[in-house]
Order: sequence, then C-alpha cells, then structure tokens
Amino acid sequence: MKKNKITYQDVGKIGKTSNLLLNIIMILLALACIYPLLLVFGISITDEKTVTLEGYRLIPKVISFKAYDYVFTDAVDIFRAYGVTILVTLLGSIMSLIVISLYAYPLSRKDFKYKTFFTFIVFFTMLFNAGLVPWYMVYTNILHIKNTLFAMILPGLMTPLYVLIMRTFYVTTIPESIIEAAKVDGASEFRIFTQIVLPLSKPSLATIGLFNVLFYWNDWYSPLLFITDEKLYNLQYLLYRINQSITYITSQSNSLGNVSEILANIPSQTARMAMAIIAIGPIVLAYPFFQKYFVEGLTVGSIK
Amino acid sequence: MKKSKKKATFVEELKRNKSLFIMLIPGILVLLSNNYLPMPGVLLAFKDYNYTKGFFKSDWVGFDNFKYLFNSSQAYIITRNTILYNLAFIIISLTLALGLAIILNELRNKRLAKIYQSVFFLPYFLSWVVVSYLVYSLLSSDQGVFNNLLVHFNMKPINWYIEAKFWPAILVFVNTWKWTGYDSIIYLAAIVGIDKSLYEAAAIDGASRVKQIMYITIPSIMPVITILTLLKIGRIFYGDFGLFWNIPKNMGVLYNVTNVIDTYVYRALVQAGDIGMATASGLYQATVGFILVLAANFVVRRFNKENALM
Repeated sequence: MKKNKITYQDVGKIGKTSNLLLNIIMILLALACIYPLLLVFGISITDEKTVTLEGYRLIPKVISFKAYDYVFTDAVDIFRAYGVTILVTLLGSIMSLIVISLYAYPLSRKDFKYKTFFTFIVFFTMLFNAGLVPWYMVYTNILHIKNTLFAMILPGLMTPLYVLIMRTFYVTTIPESIIEAAKVDGASEFRIFTQIVLPLSKPSLATIGLFNVLFYWNDWYSPLLFITDEKLYNLQYLLYRINQSITYITSQSNSLGNVSEILANIPSQTARMAMAIIAIGPIVLAYPFFQKYFVEGLTVGSIK
Repeated sequence: MKKSKKKATFVEELKRNKSLFIMLIPGILVLLSNNYLPMPGVLLAFKDYNYTKGFFKSDWVGFDNFKYLFNSSQAYIITRNTILYNLAFIIISLTLALGLAIILNELRNKRLAKIYQSVFFLPYFLSWVVVSYLVYSLLSSDQGVFNNLLVHFNMKPINWYIEAKFWPAILVFVNTWKWTGYDSIIYLAAIVGIDKSLYEAAAIDGASRVKQIMYITIPSIMPVITILTLLKIGRIFYGDFGLFWNIPKNMGVLYNVTNVIDTYVYRALVQAGDIGMATASGLYQATVGFILVLAANFVVRRFNKENALM
C-alpha cells in the first residue's frame, strides 16, 4: 500500500534532471527580476566620483553612504515629500475603505430594491469613461481641488472592481439569518453594519486596504495632473520631477547658459538612486508579509 | 400614470431603507466627481474651447476636431502603436506567463517555487517612475550598464534614448518584466485548483508529465485563459500611460514608436493646450474602447456566463 503511494507521487512529478534544468531557468529569471533593483542599490552606496569615472556597477568599488547622509540630513524637499506620501496614503486608504465598504453593503442586501441600479452605475464606469480632459476640467474648474491633498486622494477612493469584490464577499460570507436576527432584536442598520458585518469582513477589507495603500504610495499621476505647488509634491512625483530636469539638461546642454545653476539644485546621481531606494524600501520590505492578501485579491478580482 | 406609481414606490423604499440609502451617499459623491460629472464634458470634442468664454459659451465646431485628428498622420500612428504593443503584451502573457505558471507548478521543491513566485511578483509593486530609474541605470549613455558592456567589448556605445529602432523591443521587454509575475500568479491559482485525481488516473495510464500538461493542465484552465485574454482584448485600445510616458522619458525623437493614444491625449492637453483636440482623441478612444469591451464581454458570456462582466 505504502509503496504504491510513493510510486504515484514519483509518476506525478517531473524527472530529477528536468527539475534541475527548470530550477536553473527559474533562478536566472529571478535574477533578471531583481538585478535592476540590486543595481540601483549598488549605485546608491557607491562613492560619487567612482560612479562618474567607472559608470554604474552592481558591486561598488568604493563604498560610501554619503548619498544617504545627504538624503536624510540636507534634503528638506525629500522629507516633506515623504510626509505627503505617508499622509495621503493613510488618509486615502482609510477613506477609501469607508466609502467602498459602505457603498457595497446595500448592494449585497437582497431586500434592497434598487441594488441593481446602484450596482450598474458603478459597473458602467468600467465600460465607459469620459476621458482625461473632462475629468481634469471637473477637478480644476468645478471642484476646485487643484493643488490640494484631496486631488491626490479622490482619484483612488472608489475603484469599481473593489466595490464589486466587496459586494460579492458580503453576499457569500455574511448569512442573511444573522442580519434578520439582529433586526428582530431591534438593532439599527448602522449597528448591524459596524458590529456584525464589518468584523466578519476583515479578510476582504485587509486585501482591498492593501491594494489601496499600494495605489496611493505609488501614485505619481494625480500630482502630475493636479499639483504644481512644490510643497505638495509626493515622493514619487518628486522623483519624477528630478528625472525630468535631468532629461531637460542633457537635451539642451549646449544652448543653455545656466546649466550649472540647475545642476546645483539637483541631487547627485548616487543621491537620486538613494531616493529611489528609499521610495521602494518600505514596499519591498513589507510585501513578503502581505503577499498572500495580494494574491487572494488578484485571483478573486480577475475571475470575479 | 405608470411613472407616478414608480415614484411612489421609490419614496416608500427610501423611507423603508433610509439607512441603506445613507450608506450609499459617500460613494455616490465619489462616482459623481470622478465619473458622471465629467461625462457631459465630452461635448468639448465638438467645440472650439476658449478659456475666456468657458464651457458653455465656446463655439460649436461640429466634427472639425475629429477631422483634424484623422487628417493628421498622428491618428494612425497612435492607434497602430496602442494596438500593436497591446497585442505583443497579450501574446507574451499567453506564452511566458502561462509557461512560468506551469513550471512553478511542476517544480519538485514547493518552497523554492514559492520563493521564485515572490521574486517574479516584485516588479508589480514598483511604480513606473521607479522603474524608469531602473531602466535608466541600464540605458544611460554615459554611465549605463549596457554601454559599459559595449565599451568593454570594444563596441561603439549607443545613445539609447534617441535611437527609435530599439524602443519597441525595450518597451515590450520592460512591460514583460513588470507584469509577467502578476499574470503567472493568476494562471497558477487556476492550475492549483485542478482536481488531483485527474493526474493520478493519467499517471496510472502511463501518460508522461509533458502529456499530462498538454492534455490535463492546459485544457482544465482554458476557461481562465480565454476570459483573461478576451478581457485584455477588450482593453486593447487603452495604452498603459505610466509605461509609455515614463520609460522613454518624453523624448521627441522617439514619439513615432512610443506615442500611444493616452500619451497623445495628455500632450494635447498639457503641452499644446488644445482642449478640443484632446477631448476628441479621448472620446475616440472611449467610444471604440466601449464597443470592444462590449464585444469581448459578449464573447465571454458565450463561454461562461459567470465570468462575464455583465
């Protein structure tokens, strides 16, 4: 009996040679995935002069942490941008969870007559959108939120897919009988929602919350459109702006007289790479712990 | 008569489920400001927008903005780029990501497989701005790793950011790097769900592992493959703005091969300030995109009703 089982497993697995070969391919691909990250890290801890002379290298010839010294002590902009990123990420993720969990709940209730209509108006935004210009005009000319934190929060508040995922979660995991029983006991809708429904929805809230955090942390698009005030630059957008000014200099270096003046205001190459590492850092360190939630959300979301 | 009856029931429902309606309010406000207030704005596509005259008083110009767009060579270039890049991305997802998922499932050491999977997933978590830093460290003409290698082998360094011929390959490569891990996770989740007894039965019948992949694994996850692909085809008219905007660094000489509809609309709005044209291009994209999404959904429905968006 036991022997039989072992042969099953052996038949069910690939041969040792092909296993070794596939592992080698996987290791090479994995290296290709992280090499650029390691490279940027390598540059960030290299001495600036060495980088200028020898070019970008994975393993630094002369190690120096000056770039990080600069970023952590001299660069006020970066601190402020970090603050903006953290603030927007916190506010945005929390507000988004509130908006989504509230909106999805009535859609999950069988006794709510207009659930189809309110589901459809969310769903329709996945099919058709007016495009960049009308959206831009509404933000700037009607809501007047250009150059406010809210311009970076509002775009991510209600991703339609998350509303649908949340609704499906409520429908499949919250038994109607519990809600009915609570109603009979005289509990109000809001009490049922906050004391019964939300505690049962923790896994789903965690998944959507993490996707929100990722969105706000990595957002450079809303500031690109709506933020011109340097004090409100977030980290990603600050990185973007620095990149832009460098491209500008290299493309105009012959015709410009004040190049050195612009250059003086731009962090050195190693400092730039250090900034990129600081922007990535929290995500790379945290994601192995939260990966499971992302995988769950992804598989639910893609196949609904 | 009928209408008034419907109104009455709406009021009744409003009274009965007041709390549920209140819960909807924040979401409705967000939907209004992000999606529904902008919708009448598509009328700008038929106007010659004038900043001092504003939205209502600007002159109507009929289809002039569209005529101008389609008479320029740009309409063809941006449509071609958007579709061809997306096609390439779809094909790569179908081969590379699917292959990766199958291999990860076959590896003998599951713990190693998990580690590989985590590493492949990593690029998904990086913003396009950060990715543009990574790409720059490889492609920079003075310090970049590629040019260092070329010089090392006594070859002429290449000024990557002004050589258009390399960019289709670069963009496809970068996009593959960012999304393959993500796609493979979706496929892998489907593969893991396949009934194990199918494989056991096949093994008893003497089917090799390769045969099992061909005749069990792939057919079993065919619905997932079909649906994902159709949904992607439905979005073939939308370019990934972050990729096409950040990675080529907005270099004018590269526009021919890097400009997609989304970047074109942005440039028309911000750089040229041509509101009418920008709205018209956006509406062109939204309309064709809408038809394609509906068509893709129609096909998905025929395969599997549950997986269609509607």
